[in-house]
Amino acid sequence: MHEQLLFALEVSLNGLMTGVLYSLVALGFVLIFKASGVFNYAQGVMALFAALTLVGFQSGQVPFAHLINAVFGSNIHHFGWHLPVILSILLTLLVMVLLAVVIEKLVLKHLINQEPIVLFMATIGLAYFLEGFGDLMWGSEIKRLDVGIPQGISESIENFTFESLGYGFFIDRLDIVATAVAAVLVISLTVFSQYSRVGRALRAVADDHQAALSVGISLRYIWVVVWSVAGFVALVAGIMWGAKSGVQFSLSLIALKALPVLMLGGFTSIPGAIIGGLIIGVGEKLFEFLMGPLIGGATENWFAYVLALVFLVFRPQGLFGERIIERV
Amino acid sequence: MKLKTAVIVATAMSLCAPVAYAELVVPWLSYRTGPYSPSGIPAADGFADYFTLLNERDGGIGGVPVRVLDCETGYNTQKGVECYEATKGEGSLVYSPLSTGITYQLIPRATADGIPIHSMGYGRTAAADGTIFSHIFNFPAHYWDGASIAVKHILSLNDGDISGKKIGLVYHNSAYGKEPIRTLEEFSEKHGYELMLIPVDHPGQEQKSQWLEIRREKPDYLLMWGWGVMNAVAIQEAANIRFPMENFIGIWWSGSENDVLPVGERAHGYKALALHGVGNGFPVFDDLQKFVVDAGMAAGAGDQVGTVLYNRGMYGALLIAEAIKTAQEIHGVADITPAMMRDGMEALEITEEKMTALGLPNFGPAFAVSCENHGGNGIAMVQQWDAENGEWNIISDMIQSDKEIINRLIMEDSAAYAAENNIEPRC
Repeated sequence: MHEQLLFALEVSLNGLMTGVLYSLVALGFVLIFKASGVFNYAQGVMALFAALTLVGFQSGQVPFAHLINAVFGSNIHHFGWHLPVILSILLTLLVMVLLAVVIEKLVLKHLINQEPIVLFMATIGLAYFLEGFGDLMWGSEIKRLDVGIPQGISESIENFTFESLGYGFFIDRLDIVATAVAAVLVISLTVFSQYSRVGRALRAVADDHQAALSVGISLRYIWVVVWSVAGFVALVAGIMWGAKSGVQFSLSLIALKALPVLMLGGFTSIPGAIIGGLIIGVGEKLFEFLMGPLIGGATENWFAYVLALVFLVFRPQGLFGERIIERV
Repeated sequence: MKLKTAVIVATAMSLCAPVAYAELVVPWLSYRTGPYSPSGIPAADGFADYFTLLNERDGGIGGVPVRVLDCETGYNTQKGVECYEATKGEGSLVYSPLSTGITYQLIPRATADGIPIHSMGYGRTAAADGTIFSHIFNFPAHYWDGASIAVKHILSLNDGDISGKKIGLVYHNSAYGKEPIRTLEEFSEKHGYELMLIPVDHPGQEQKSQWLEIRREKPDYLLMWGWGVMNAVAIQEAANIRFPMENFIGIWWSGSENDVLPVGERAHGYKALALHGVGNGFPVFDDLQKFVVDAGMAAGAGDQVGTVLYNRGMYGALLIAEAIKTAQEIHGVADITPAMMRDGMEALEITEEKMTALGLPNFGPAFAVSCENHGGNGIAMVQQWDAENGEWNIISDMIQSDKEIINRLIMEDSAAYAAENNIEPRC
């Protein structure tokens, strides 16, 4: 096979894998938007906060240590233990559920029946608060996240492709794990929303708030559930991205990568988030491979948005978004 | 009665009025928030702690206390300019922007206002030409020195012959990251290597395309001009494609603990240029511990002392403090003005004897600043990460950059700047 074609194939495969990582972030946005019509600006920061909390629990870090030391003149930093990964993840999940409860009680409850833009502004405030709160709680230094996910080139794939095609493909083992996790996550979320009682209530709220309330579904309870699930998705995204780059502030910027995915896939579709992520991932990588050398490279950031905008010209609601029909 | 009341009011006013006292105001445009805060915090702490040490141990400089004026920029150029405008009226002696973008914006403003800027190892490289850039200083070394020193290190690994080799530059796609390109192109003509350019967009969290390209093109060596999360991701990806770490060399802004710790043991062997010594094994750290950290006066939690970027901030403060001393000696006054500060910076001379007396033997190069040369002598070292012990080690002697080519490039660039801005050469 022609060398350039093999390179393009390798780039496409890696684009698909990267797209899955984008989708993981986009899923959190979709869940909350679907259930409450809120575009949660804080989703990226939630991923950062979840990852910070996970590392904090795992390494036995004392929360608010800097604040405690500054106020009381003490010098405490760690409890001296290292928690197992599973226990740390469960505790982090508990924190994300608590966070959902607090957000509902302190923010969302007071904004029922407000315009979507008001709720959006509230999530901007939440993002800034959570960012500072995370820093205060766990410190701002870069932390290493090690939950045992293998990293580096998959030698079996490299050897297999070398023997069969004459060129060994690079696939990161972390990306393979991320793809498997994303698949399990999407199946679980689909089963949860289609077949569980809470899932059906969630869909009812998404379809019509008033109708859902009239049959006794608690809007506030549903919001807590949705924000908890979004917190869980944020934790998964935080783990995958944190394992790649360490846990630090920039993790919150992965939300920027989710926006074109949402524009393309639609804000209300879980499959849309996945397909959108894959298209953006492959599109930006192939464009960089083919056009990057001609126009100076570093095209990925802007090309993802251009690609999404092109799709919007033909389908304003996104590939899988709900068509808005307004009759006079 | 009225007179009595007036006397009481006048007395009360005089007691309440602020007492004018001398102080040396040294601004630091910090970023303790935002995506670059893990790098901004230790540098800001090191800078502030050194001046706290001078205040607590020596009573300031020449008997005048130093006030560090910290202004938060979030590494945002616009905020940096706002910080400058908001603080320049407070008697600010010299600005340390800690950002190439902010430095570029401040060059014409600070020059017009007569306030010096110290962009240590960053900013506009051509500012080393003091005949054109009267108020901008980038000693002890600048980006083009860095590029030359990296190439010299590679030369030393190849018995002085790198013709036919392929050297890649992974760079932050910004004014900062693009700085060394021109120099590396010149050196490629001189030494016969092939230069491969690999830009990475801000913030650099996702670099898969770039590293697939590197894997395909198989460069012999890689240089990196990165900042923030880009560095750690690049080192991670280099490990992923099994690029030999000892052939991967970052500029001094790509060589802190933040860049290697997230990668774990796979970062072992990664190299970076070093503007100064590493670790806290220097006598000055005993004083810092005693007078600053133990006294509860540290700018941060005291947990950054001795890290690369803490040392960077501390070194910047030390050079400014020595320039203040020089200015005081030249003008015979302790409470100096920005104009006097500029004179002090221009006459600064750092010797090994001076560094030893300051508690930092063999920490940084000896150099002298002059009216013509604002960039120092262009000397740096190479450090290498030891992942097993979690520490950087200096692995080279002081390396002198190739001044022959660099000075020519600086003259060309500064002449172009002078022509654009109608600046008459001085000195």
